[in-house]
Amino acid sequence: MKLFDIAHSRTGDKGNISNISVICYDRKDYPLIAERVTADRVKDFFRDKVKGRVVRYEMPQLGALNFVLYDALGGGVTRTLDIDPHGKALSQFILYMEI
Amino acid sequence: MRSIRIGGGAGYSDDSLWPALELMRKGNLDYIGFECLAERTIAIAQQQKLADPRKGYNSQLEFRMEHVLPLAKEKGVKVVTNMGAANVEAAVEATRKVAEELGITGLKIAGVVGDNVFHLLDRYRDLPVFETGERFGDLDREVVSANAYLGIGGIVEALDRGADVVITGRCNDAALFLGPLVHEFGWATDDLYGKGTLVGHLMECSAYVTGGYFCVPGKKDVPDFWNIGYPIAEVFENGDTFLTKLPDAGGRVDRQTCTEQLLYEIHDPANYIVPDCVADFSKVDFIEVGKDRVQAIGATGKPKTDTLKVSVGYRDSFIGTSELSFGGPGWKERCDLYFDAAQKIWDHLGLKPDEVQFSIIGYNSICPDVEHMDFDLSRIPEVRARIAVRTKDQKTALALLKEANPGLACPAGTSMLSMSVKEALAILSLLIPREDVPFHVMYQEV
Repeated sequence: MKLFDIAHSRTGDKGNISNISVICYDRKDYPLIAERVTADRVKDFFRDKVKGRVVRYEMPQLGALNFVLYDALGGGVTRTLDIDPHGKALSQFILYMEI
Repeated sequence: MRSIRIGGGAGYSDDSLWPALELMRKGNLDYIGFECLAERTIAIAQQQKLADPRKGYNSQLEFRMEHVLPLAKEKGVKVVTNMGAANVEAAVEATRKVAEELGITGLKIAGVVGDNVFHLLDRYRDLPVFETGERFGDLDREVVSANAYLGIGGIVEALDRGADVVITGRCNDAALFLGPLVHEFGWATDDLYGKGTLVGHLMECSAYVTGGYFCVPGKKDVPDFWNIGYPIAEVFENGDTFLTKLPDAGGRVDRQTCTEQLLYEIHDPANYIVPDCVADFSKVDFIEVGKDRVQAIGATGKPKTDTLKVSVGYRDSFIGTSELSFGGPGWKERCDLYFDAAQKIWDHLGLKPDEVQFSIIGYNSICPDVEHMDFDLSRIPEVRARIAVRTKDQKTALALLKEANPGLACPAGTSMLSMSVKEALAILSLLIPREDVPFHVMYQEV
């Protein structure tokens, strides 16, 4: 199954850094995503898009993970060549991930 | 215990006004905040002010105030906004004029001045650029603006002195909401500042917490999506916070919308730095206490840092983009041919972009990693081939795009060429000592 089936997501941006949340619809799925959706896996999933490191923060009470993706927005929202300068759509792309 | 109701009236400079007016009419509000400045907006505003000293405030200010002021007066709702942008004094004067023209009297308008630190930049040459660590003085670009993110100080002072409308320039977005709370309740602890910062963080993007930037039909449905209402925060003196919306507005407020907005534009939830504290959202939870009514719990705060963040606007480069439609079988091979030819003609003519991006809208323009995801390209019927170039000047960008798009010497079935060139006014950040940024509040009355 894909992450789309069990979680939802939103991206934010600050300069050249994107953050992507992954939030379980059902908190009982949190242990599964905590185990399978690691920072390394997210870095690998976005290996061409994200030039820097990926850091993961955990919010188990919300069934949520927050990924911070460094050097991900083509040099920064205000000067990037990217068509999606804020990386808004990345939140939906991460949901393609196989779980 | 006392409580106040604050509405979120705008989340960016061109946000729709109508849901905000509905909140003012029916929301029984004490305050409404209009957050109208993005990173780059103030740099653009600064350039407008250089061209015309009476300009530089948000271009929607008069339009908003024409509709907002009568409701503010009639319903007793105080207005807090950063629409002052690069010219707070002019914004206050423009607001006074609107009030006068509408025949409104007994309104005190305050402007918080002091975020502009452009004249101080020489002292910061040895500071590291926050984003890159490089020495600020080594920046080889023309700087056009520098604005510090102020906190709640000016807003609280203005409200303490009886202001009905408070207009700021660059300030922390959450301060538009924390300021009224501190004024009303006299909060003085980091814990309460952290709770108030959570209120601001949830409220500063209008519809983002009430079903905007959220809907996935079939998975996350949003009632009356066409008519999403803006949010209301009901905050008690002890920091208890409830998020809701107007019952007859579209949208939804629940754990899912609140969690998405909580984690929007934050990195380490335990250390969310704002001018007035370091908020700690790591233990935040949401409790659905009723239909479209959520209690936010668990926020706290730590002492503020000793610096303020400054957004420095500079003229980075020019960016040219062109798009061309391709459709039918073999579009990928035709796109590759088109890109290859562009590179060859540039090489032949000695034209060189500082940076180039070839991508295909409908395939890999948003996320290049689709190449690893095994999509069946033969199932995609139409795309747009996109060329983006970075150059030092407009002329070179135009020349690159023109030569890449020879018009008639194109692949089969291409059409709908579009091209544009714009200047990239970029932002970098510095952290400067707080004592370098005093503010003061000016007032006008009708």
